[in-house]
Amino acid sequence: MKKQKKNFNRLRRSEICTAYLFILPMFGGLLLFSIIPFIQNILYSFRKMGTFGDGTFVGLANYRKLLTDDTFWLALKNTVFYAVVGVPLVIVFSIYLAHLLNKKLRGRTLYRTLLFIPAVTIPAAIGILWRWILNYQYGIFNWLLEKLGLPRVSWLGDVKYVRWAIILVVVWSMVSTYVIIMLAAMQGIDSSYYEAARLDGASSRQVFFKITLPMLTPMIFFSVIMVTIGILQIFDFIYLMVDRQTLSYTYSMSLVTYFYECAFNKSSMRGYGAAISVVLAIIIMLITIVQMVVKKYWVNSND
Amino acid sequence: MKKKSCLNQESPLSRGITHLVLVFASFLAFGPFVWMFLTSIKTYEETIQIPMKFLPEIPQWVNYAIVSNKLNFPQLYLNTILVTVLMIIGQILVVTICAYAFDRLNFPGKNVLFLCMLALMMVPGQIFIIPRFKMMVKLGLTNTMTGLVLPGLFNVFGVFLMRQFFSTLPRELDEAARIDGCSYFRTYWNVLLPLVKPGLTTLAILAMLGTWKDLMWPLINNSQSEKMTLAAGLAMLIGEHTTYYEQVMAGGIIAVLPLIVLFIIFQRQFVEGIAHSGIKG
Repeated sequence: MKKQKKNFNRLRRSEICTAYLFILPMFGGLLLFSIIPFIQNILYSFRKMGTFGDGTFVGLANYRKLLTDDTFWLALKNTVFYAVVGVPLVIVFSIYLAHLLNKKLRGRTLYRTLLFIPAVTIPAAIGILWRWILNYQYGIFNWLLEKLGLPRVSWLGDVKYVRWAIILVVVWSMVSTYVIIMLAAMQGIDSSYYEAARLDGASSRQVFFKITLPMLTPMIFFSVIMVTIGILQIFDFIYLMVDRQTLSYTYSMSLVTYFYECAFNKSSMRGYGAAISVVLAIIIMLITIVQMVVKKYWVNSND
Repeated sequence: MKKKSCLNQESPLSRGITHLVLVFASFLAFGPFVWMFLTSIKTYEETIQIPMKFLPEIPQWVNYAIVSNKLNFPQLYLNTILVTVLMIIGQILVVTICAYAFDRLNFPGKNVLFLCMLALMMVPGQIFIIPRFKMMVKLGLTNTMTGLVLPGLFNVFGVFLMRQFFSTLPRELDEAARIDGCSYFRTYWNVLLPLVKPGLTTLAILAMLGTWKDLMWPLINNSQSEKMTLAAGLAMLIGEHTTYYEQVMAGGIIAVLPLIVLFIIFQRQFVEGIAHSGIKG
């Protein structure tokens, strides 16, 4: 009996040791490349720091400066604009298109392939492509507007329109990814629900609103969080589509773009950049927490 | 069978509208790439001609040669592929063994550590970038492939994903392997890992897409032109040659084509992979 217990303890100990050994690479890496940098970054945000060295401690000066920095507030406003306009559009379009692709149709495979292609294209290429499409003089978009009898617009040069141009491209590229995700979720819905509804004589509109949509809410919830986080962090499209020497770059700047400019393109503003990234992280975490809290009021939890 | 198709019947009008919408959406999604290609084979004069010309007089394949002179595409490809391969192999090694431990083994602090990872997923990546870059400078890893890959290896989402895949395998497999004298490592490596191949494909595809798409970190860490990735190279191209869009578009085509071709060949795997990125935590 005693021997057995000892044996068991030995086995248990070896399981524990093995487990720690197995998670060691992951947690060692996270410690080195995420947790320590996370703390360092917060410390940096209290320093005035240039491209080299650790600079000097300035307390809350960076954060105080943020409060009166017009560019920061503009970047914050732009970021909020992108999220408020972008998130609903991505969610609605991706659900609608996934719903259409979920029907038994001829040519469905072709539609899918074409619709999914932006999802596997590098944003850098998408950025330069749309920069050309939206070109004021020679872009095909303005050509199209003119054919429709509308005036030309300097999409990327006019501070009034540049944010719309950016969010249009962001939505274009994100819908493609989220159609894939929504379609997979729709295909995962138990078909017996649909059969029962049809037998009861439900119209296809009723089926969509009474079955598909409610059953999809867990995935919609997840997607809203992911799309929000994604859009709050947009950088590539702004960086590539807008001429960085112009005013419209400032007027389309997101928080991440401003962070990048301060931390890596301006000397002596790295600590300030760190402060921006801390603010962004706080915003994202708050929004995520709020969404988690609101979740129970609208998300179906059958599983 | 016949009855079923009857159940799915829709009016011809609504089916027509569905097709119309899908044709329009497909055109919106794919049309820009057609335009990219058409522009890439025009002369400079043709790109700025008014009224607009859709097709080039003579296809100017030379644009591809010109842009390859400005940007060393073979080198960029090599870099990007190298980084992708390292990232995939590294993630598979680090992530799966960790996921195995979390799914199959019991150890003190398991739940707390798992929650820690969950919390890390909520933190936006920018917050790590300045310290990571300073670290790379200190270690002399700027402008190296190692520096590009290293911070991205520890993919927390990958652990969640692979844990889900491991949890679908019956526990009897482990017990049988243990009775046969397999160590935990052999159970993981020889018995369970071969059974989660779909999971590995998903992990690999997500790692690949992430690596190809990432712009900010390559831009910061690998600024030397011969150490760049494709995404950063394109950013440099647009910075320097904005006027000659036929060349920029040729560069764009060179950069997007391989992933699109891979996608068309392995569509099922790609779609499953991306769909899994929407897995519920």
